[in-house]
Amino acid sequence: MNTTAPARLSFTDVEVEYRSRGRGRVRAVAGVSLEVSPGQIVGLVGESGCGKSTLARVAVGLSAPSAGAVEYAGRPVTPLGWLPRSGAEVGLQMVFQNPYASLNPRRTIGSQLLDGVPAAVTGSARRARVHELLERVAMPTSAAQRYPHQFSGGQRQRLAIARALAPEPRMIIADEPVTALDASSQAQVVNLLVGLVRDLDMGMLFISHDLALVHEIADVTAVMYLGRIVEAAPTRELWREPRHPYTRALIDAVPQIGPTPRLPAILAGEVPDPANAPTGCRFRPRCPHAFAPCGEQPPTVDLGGRSVACWLTDSATVPTAARSL
Amino acid sequence: MAPLLDVDSLAVTLPSPRGPLPILHDVSLTVDEGELVGIAGESGCGKSLTAQTLLGLLPPGAAVTGSARYAGTELLSLDARGWQRVRGAGIAMVFQDPSAALHPMLTVGRQLTEHMRVHLRMDRRAAGRRAVELLDQVRIPDPERALRAYPHQFSGGMRQRVAIAIALAARPRLLIADEPTTALDVTVQAGILALLERLRAETGLAVAFITHDLGVLSALTTRGYIFYAGRVVETGPTGGLLTAPNHPYTAALLGARPHGTQTGGTLRPIPGAPPAPGEAPPGCPFQPRCGYAEPSCGEAPPPLTPVGADRSVACVVRPHLEVAA
Repeated sequence: MNTTAPARLSFTDVEVEYRSRGRGRVRAVAGVSLEVSPGQIVGLVGESGCGKSTLARVAVGLSAPSAGAVEYAGRPVTPLGWLPRSGAEVGLQMVFQNPYASLNPRRTIGSQLLDGVPAAVTGSARRARVHELLERVAMPTSAAQRYPHQFSGGQRQRLAIARALAPEPRMIIADEPVTALDASSQAQVVNLLVGLVRDLDMGMLFISHDLALVHEIADVTAVMYLGRIVEAAPTRELWREPRHPYTRALIDAVPQIGPTPRLPAILAGEVPDPANAPTGCRFRPRCPHAFAPCGEQPPTVDLGGRSVACWLTDSATVPTAARSL
Repeated sequence: MAPLLDVDSLAVTLPSPRGPLPILHDVSLTVDEGELVGIAGESGCGKSLTAQTLLGLLPPGAAVTGSARYAGTELLSLDARGWQRVRGAGIAMVFQDPSAALHPMLTVGRQLTEHMRVHLRMDRRAAGRRAVELLDQVRIPDPERALRAYPHQFSGGMRQRVAIAIALAARPRLLIADEPTTALDVTVQAGILALLERLRAETGLAVAFITHDLGVLSALTTRGYIFYAGRVVETGPTGGLLTAPNHPYTAALLGARPHGTQTGGTLRPIPGAPPAPGEAPPGCPFQPRCGYAEPSCGEAPPPLTPVGADRSVACVVRPHLEVAA
C-alpha cells in the first residue's frame, strides 16, 4: 500500500440529513462518532430505520455527510464522483446485503473480479490474481467463467466478497452481509469474513440487526437508535452488563433456546419517525426508566473503554429506584 | 381426540421442464386444537410447500399423494367450492411479507370485512363492528381510524398485525404462519410472537408456525418438526428437540447458530449445501453432509422411527450427539 498512516476508519460527529417532500428535513444520522482500527471487527446493531445503512454509505463515500467528518487512513473520505478514486481510498470496500443486486448479471464473475484488481498487476498475473481471489473465498477457479445466476445465494455472497477483496482493501464495510442467507450459508460467509479480518489484519464494520451474530464475532459493539449511538462497548461487556435501557431491551428481545417455551420480552411502542424525533433523549417515550432529566439530550459519557448516552449512568441525576437497571 | 389437522404420508411432485420433481416425501404431521406447532428448516426444504398444499395453493400440474385431514375433512379431494369453504373460515394463512399480502390500494377496513361478508354472511354494519374488535384484538391503536387507512400508512410490524387480523376475520381454527416475523426487527418480532400466543390462549386458535429460526421455534412452540430436503427428519416436544437433538442435522443447525457463549469466535457451518429437489442422494438426504454417516446410510432414506416419549427421528445411526451449549 502507498499509505503510511494506519488504515483506521473514524467518524467524528457525523450527521446526515435528507430532504424529503412533505416531511421536511430528516436527520437519519444525528451525530455519530465511531472508530474502526485494523484487525478489529466493530459490530453496529439497531432496528431498521435507525440509520445504520446510511452510516455505511457515508463511510464508503456513497453519500456525503451534512456535518462532521469521516476519515480513512488519516484523510477525509470524499464522495464518489466521476474521477477514479485515489489508491488510498480504494482500500475501503463494501459488501452489500443483496448479492443478487451487487453483482452484474450480464458479466462473468472473472471479468467483474478483474475490474477490481489493481492496475499495477499486469499480464498473466491478473488472471492468476483472479484465481487467488476465488480460492480465498473457497470457490473453484472455474467460477471465473460463469455468471452470477449460476450460483446459490451463499456462493454469490462469497463472490461479492471476492470482488470487494480484489483491490486489496484494508477496511471492509459489510452492511447486513448475511441477512438474505440461510443458516448454513450464513455461518460459512460469516466465518469467511472473520477469517479475512484475522488473516489479513483488515478492519471491518459489520452492520447487522442480528444481535446474537454480532455478539459472536465483533470485538466492539455499537448500538444505534434513531440516528445516534446510544452505547458502545467491548462486546462481552456490553452483553453481560448493558448500561443503556435500549441495549437491554434489544438483548431481551432475542428469542432463546431453552427446555420450555419462553416468549422474549417486549419493548413498548415503535421506532418514531426520524422526521419527528422526540426531543431530549430519543429513546425516552419507550424507555421503562424515563425520568425528569431525560427531557434533555444525554451526553455520551466515557466509562473507561465503553461509552453510554443515558442519564441513568450519571450518578448525580439518578434516583436510587431507577439505578437497579 | 382426533387432531385438528392430520397429515399422513403426504408426497408432492411438481412439474418442471426436466420432468416431474419430487419435493415432499412421506410427510406426516399433526396439529391439535389450540396447539402451537413449529415447522423448521432451511429454504427449499419443503416447509412452505407443505403450507401451500394445506391451503390448496399448489401450482397446476402438481401431483399429490397421501392424506391431509382437517377437522375430519379430507383436504386433498376437495373441489374448488370445497376449498373456498375451508380457506379463511377453517384454515387461514399469514405470509412472510405483509406488504405483499395486503392490497396497497384498498383500505384496511375493506380488506378486513371482505372475508366476513363472504364467509360469515355479515352485513356491512356487523362486519364493521367486528373489524374494530379484530384490530383491537391484534393491538392496533385507534382501530376506527385504522379501518380507513391504507397499508402503506402502517409500519412493518403493524402491517403484519393487520394481516393477522385479516386472517382471523372469518374465525379460522388453524392459522398457518409462514415466517411471519422473518422480515421484522427482533423487538417487533417479540410483539408478534406474544400476540400469537395470546390468541391461542384466549380463542383456542391452533397455529402452525413455519420458521428457519430455532430461537423463535423454542420461544413460541410446544412441539416441532425439523424438515430437510422435503422430509421430516426429527419431531418431538420443542424443548427436548432443541436441547437434546437426536438427528445430526438438528444438532448441526443448532451448532451453526451464534451461541452467545463466546466472543471473537467463529460459527460452525454445516459443510456443503442442501440437495436441490430431484438431486437428493438415494439414501438419507443428509448423509453427504453428515459427520456420523455410515455405509448403510446410503441405502434407503431412513423412516421416521419413535424414540422415547413423543419423539421420532429419521436416522439409522443415532449417534450420541454433543449439544452445543
